[in-house]
Amino acid sequence: MKAPVKWLKDYVDISVPVKEYTEAMTMSGSKVEGVEDMGKGIEKVVVGKILSIEKHPDADKLRICKMDIGSETLQIVTGAPNVKEGDYIPLALVGAKLPGGEIKLSKLRGVESYGMMCSIDELNLTRDYLPDAPEYGVYVFSGTPELGADVKDVLDLDQVVEFEITSNRPDCLSIIGLARESAVTLGVPFKKPQVTVKEEAGGNANDYASVEIQAPELCARYAARIVKDVKIEPSPVWMQRRLAAAGMRPINNIVDITNYVMLEYGQPMHAFDLNKIQGSKIIVRTAREGEEIRTLDGQDRKLDTQMLVICDENRPVAVAGVMGGENSEITEGTHTILLESANFKGSSVRITGKKMGLRSEASSRFEKGLDTENVIPALNRCAELIELLGAGKVVRGIIDCNVKPYEKKVMKLEPERINAFLGTDISAQEMIKIFEALEFEVDKEAMTLVPPSFRGDILAFEDLCEEVARFYGYNNIKPSLLTGKETMRGGKTYKQRMEDVITNTMRGCGLNEIYTISFTSPKVFDTINVPADHSMRNAVVISNPLGEDYSIMRTTTLPDMLRVLATNSNRKVPEARLFELAYIYLPVEGQMLPDEKETLTIGLYGGTSDFFELKGIVEELLSSLGIEKAEFKAEQNAFGFHPGRTANLYIDGKMAGTLGEIHPEVAERTECPPRTYVAMLDVQILIDASRTDKQYKQLPRFPAITRDLAIVVRDELYVADLMKAIEQKGGEYLEEVKLFDVYKGAQVPEGMKSVAFSLSFRAPDKTLKDEEVTQAMDRILKNLEKTFGAQLR
Amino acid sequence: MKQLLEAIQKQALEKLEKISELRELEDLKVAYLGKKGELTQILKGMGSLSSEERPIIGQMANDVRVALEEGIAKAKERLTKALRDAKLKSEVLDVTMPGKVRGLGKKHPLTAVLDEIKDIFIGMGYEIAEGPEVELDYYSFEALNIPKNHPARDAQDTFYISENVVLRPHTSPVQVRYMKEHTPPIRIICPGRVYRSDAVDATHSPVFHQVEGLVVDKGVTMGDLVGTLQAFAKGIFGEKTKIRLRPHHFPFTEPSAEVDVSCWGCGGSGCRICKGEGWIEILGAGMVHPNVLRAGGIDPEIYSGFAFGMGVERITMGKYGIDDLRLLFENDIRFLMQF
Ligand SMILES: [Zn+2]
Repeated sequence: MKAPVKWLKDYVDISVPVKEYTEAMTMSGSKVEGVEDMGKGIEKVVVGKILSIEKHPDADKLRICKMDIGSETLQIVTGAPNVKEGDYIPLALVGAKLPGGEIKLSKLRGVESYGMMCSIDELNLTRDYLPDAPEYGVYVFSGTPELGADVKDVLDLDQVVEFEITSNRPDCLSIIGLARESAVTLGVPFKKPQVTVKEEAGGNANDYASVEIQAPELCARYAARIVKDVKIEPSPVWMQRRLAAAGMRPINNIVDITNYVMLEYGQPMHAFDLNKIQGSKIIVRTAREGEEIRTLDGQDRKLDTQMLVICDENRPVAVAGVMGGENSEITEGTHTILLESANFKGSSVRITGKKMGLRSEASSRFEKGLDTENVIPALNRCAELIELLGAGKVVRGIIDCNVKPYEKKVMKLEPERINAFLGTDISAQEMIKIFEALEFEVDKEAMTLVPPSFRGDILAFEDLCEEVARFYGYNNIKPSLLTGKETMRGGKTYKQRMEDVITNTMRGCGLNEIYTISFTSPKVFDTINVPADHSMRNAVVISNPLGEDYSIMRTTTLPDMLRVLATNSNRKVPEARLFELAYIYLPVEGQMLPDEKETLTIGLYGGTSDFFELKGIVEELLSSLGIEKAEFKAEQNAFGFHPGRTANLYIDGKMAGTLGEIHPEVAERTECPPRTYVAMLDVQILIDASRTDKQYKQLPRFPAITRDLAIVVRDELYVADLMKAIEQKGGEYLEEVKLFDVYKGAQVPEGMKSVAFSLSFRAPDKTLKDEEVTQAMDRILKNLEKTFGAQLR
Repeated sequence: MKQLLEAIQKQALEKLEKISELRELEDLKVAYLGKKGELTQILKGMGSLSSEERPIIGQMANDVRVALEEGIAKAKERLTKALRDAKLKSEVLDVTMPGKVRGLGKKHPLTAVLDEIKDIFIGMGYEIAEGPEVELDYYSFEALNIPKNHPARDAQDTFYISENVVLRPHTSPVQVRYMKEHTPPIRIICPGRVYRSDAVDATHSPVFHQVEGLVVDKGVTMGDLVGTLQAFAKGIFGEKTKIRLRPHHFPFTEPSAEVDVSCWGCGGSGCRICKGEGWIEILGAGMVHPNVLRAGGIDPEIYSGFAFGMGVERITMGKYGIDDLRLLFENDIRFLMQF
C-alpha cells in the first residue's frame, strides 16, 4: 500500500522526521518497505515567467527568452518549441540539481543561458502525475503560481511511504486505516473523517432503483446512491496527483473519485450507468449456467454457478468485486449513475478472480474480508467528493440492503492472563489505554472489550495479547529461557546418530558432501538406460511444476550424481570424490504419500579411483556401522552401470545397493569421464543392520603361524568364492585369509589366473604346532582342487 | 714384566686416541685382549713368576686390562656418537615442504550450518524431529490454521501433487505430527527440505532447507520465545549479536514476529550487506496459535507454546558471504573445498 505522506496528514499529525516515523511504524507492525521521495534530487528549480522571446541569431532551433523569477530577470536559451510569452515554466537555475545532473552557466552558440527550462522527464515525473504535461517539450504550469517558488511545493511533490500490509489487516489497506495506526504508534490523536453530503438533487434514491441480494452468504451488504446530472470530465489536478502518487492512473472524475475513496477508506466502489441497468434493479446472485459477460477490459468471460455477479433484471452487469461489465459502463454520455458500495465474501472474490486471471486493487481488498460497517461511510465520502468536484447532483437517501447486520463481539479483558502469556508486567491501565487508542470499546467495570468493526482479525485472547505487545513494544519484553520449566534431555535419535556416522565416514574417506535438488525430468530415465516398462519410471508427478526439467520427484539419485560429476569434469577439475545423503520418492500403490527412501550416493572419478577404491569406501562404511553380514555379488544388469564392473551389496540377504563403474555409453551421454564410479546404498537397510554394541575380545597371547597359498584357477571364478571355500575348510584355528596377488600372463595358461592368499592360524590357548597347520592347509587345498579344479602353483 | 705391562698400556691408550672407526676398535680389542692378544699372552707367561711376584704382577696386569677396557668403551662411545651425528646430519629434511595426506572430505556448507543449529538446540534440551517432504495438504495447511481458500495459500506458491497432497512449503507439518504423537513438554526442532514455486536465481530456489522449532509446555511465555531466539542468535552469529522482533502476521502463530539480527557485516552501523539498515531478517516466530495446538491434540487452555522457523540457505549465505544461492546446489568441488 502506497501512502503519500500529505494524504496521511489529512487524518493524523506526523510531525517527526519521515525516517523516525517509518521506523516506528515498522516496529508497531506496519512494515515500511521503502519511502519514495518524488522530489528527490531536485534542488533550485523555481517557477519562472517568460517575459519575452527572441530568435537566436546563429541557430534556427534555439530561442532566447527573458524570464522573471520574482527576484530578478534572467536570460535563458531554450530549444523547446512549445513555449510562448507569458508562460509559467519550471526553471532550473545555475547550480540547480536535477536527477540528470547539475545545471551550469552555459553558452549556446555564443549566447549565455542562466538556467534551463525543464520537461517532466528532467524532473523525473510522469504524465500520470502531471497529465497536463506535453509529450515533448518543457512543462507549462496551468494557472499563475508564485514566481520564484520552489517547484517541489508548487507541484506537491510528496514523500510516498510504501507499507507491506499483512493479510489479516485489510483495514490498513487504506489511508484512514494507516493514519489510525500511525496515531496510536506516535501517541497523537487520530483526526476522524467528518463527511457531509448535501444531497442537492433531492428526491429519494429508492425511487430510482432497488437492490435485492439473492446470495446472502456471499454478499452481506449492498448499498447504493444515485447521482444525477453527471458531468464526465477530468478530475482536478490535486486528486490526479494523489492517485498517481499512490500508484493509480487517473481516468475521469467519477472513476477517480471511486478509486480515491477506495484508497482513502479501503472500501472498493463501482459506478454503473443507471440508464443501462435494465429494470432499474440490482440483483446480487450467483451466475446461471451458460451466462457470459464482457468485462471492462473488453474480454468475453464465461461465468460459472460459483461466481457472484451483479445483475440487472435480465443479465449480469458486473463480476462482484472483480470487474465491471462493458454493458453498464459509464461513458461520455452518462447522466445518471448508481454508486455501489458493497461487502462481498473474500473467498468468493478470490476464487472468481483467480479463475478469470484478474486481480485488481479492488479484488485484492475484498479477498481479505472487509468491514460491513465501512460500506456507508465510504459511500457518503464518495457522494461528498462528487458534490465537491461538481461532478453531479446526489439524490437524497441511500439504498441499503444489509442482510447480515454487524454484531458486536464482547471479549474479556484479563490483564493478568495477558501478562502471564507475554511474560510481562504491564498495568491494566496501560492496556486499557492501548485498547482505547485502537478504538476498542472498553468497559472498565465489567473488564470487557468490544473490538471495532474494522478489526475482523480480533477473535481470541491471543489476538488481544498481540495488540498489547505491539504497542508495549515486542522488544521491551524481557527475555527468559523457559525459566522454571522442566529441563529436558534432548538429543538425536539412533537414525540421526547413524547418519552422522555415515557422513563422518564418507568425509574420512576423503569424499566431499554435495546437495542436489529433488526434482528431475522424466527424460533422465532414458539417459541412464532405464527400460521403458521399469517401475523406476513410476514417479510422483508435480501438477504445477516449474517446467519439464523439474516435473517429477526423483526415484533415483544416479542422474544427479552424474550431473555433478560432469559439471566438475567439464570445468577441468581433475579428480572428484563426492557423496550425498538424500531422499528418493517412490510411489506406493494404494497410499496417498510415497515411500521416502534415504539414499547414500557416492561418486568418484580421476586420481586413484577405480572399482576397488569405491568398494573399499563401502567396506569402510560397513565397518564403521558395525555391519558384518555383508556380501558383494557381481551384477550384470544394473542399468547405467558397466556389466562387468558392477556389484550389488547384500546385507542379511537384503539388497542394500549397487556399486560400480558407469557404463561407457552412459558416461559419454552424461559428459562424465570414461571411468566414473558410483555407489547407491539404501540407508535404512544400513541403519537397520548397524551395530553399536561393541564387546572387547582378549588380545592374542600365542603367536600366529602364517602360510601362503598360491593356486591357479579358471579366470571367471570369483575370489570371494575361493575365500569362502578356504574359510569353510580352515578349521578352528584359521584366523584370517588375505588376498595378496592376482596374476595373469606368462607362466599362467590362457584363461586361467594365479591367485595368492596369505593365511594366518592361531590358537587362543597354545602355540600351534607346524603339523596342525599343515593338516589344515592340506584340507583347504584338497577342497579347492575338488571344488574349483585349482592347482597349486 | 712390569715395564712391559706399562708399555702395553701406554701404547694401547695412544692407539685408542687415534682410532676413527668402529672396525679398527674391534681389531685393537682383539690385538690386546683377544685370546692371542698381547695382554693375554703376558698373563699366560705368569706361570714363570715367583709366588711373591705373581700376586703383584697379577694385580698390575688386571689393572692394565681394566684400563684398556675402559679406554675401549670410551672410544666406542666417542665413535658411536660421531657416527650418529654424521647420520643425523645426512638426514636433514626440508621441513617446509608440504605434508602428505589423503585429506578429509568437507561437509557441505548447508550441513555445517545445520549441524551448528542442531548443536545449539540440543544443548538447550531439544530433540530433532523429522517428517515426510511429500505431505498431506491437511498437515501442510489446514492443521496450521490455513483452511482451503485462505489468502495465505496463494502467497505460499505451493507445488501440488494432487488435491490433497503437496510438497511441503515449510517443515511445520512435522510439528503437528509430533504434537499428535507426544504429550507436552515438547521441545523440538524440525530441519528439512521444503518446496516453493520460485524460479531459480541468485536468491531463490524451488527446493531449500528450513529449520523450525516448537516448544509446548505449561506457562510458556513470549519472553521465553525472545530469550530462546536471543540464545540462538548469539550461538550462531556470535556473542555480540542482538535481535529485534517486528510484529507480523502468520496464520499459525499469534502474536507473530519477524526477527532481525544485527548485521554480521557491520554489527549494526549499516553496510552493503544489510543495505544500510544494520539489521538482517533471518526468521519468523510467534506464540503457537490455539487452533494449531488443538489440531495437535493439545488443550490451549492448559498449555501454551512458541514456534519459529528459519531458512538455512539464507543463514549459510550470510555466514560465509556466499552471494549466489545457485553455488550451493551446483557442487563445484572448488567451492565445496572452501568449507
Ligand atoms: Zn551491515
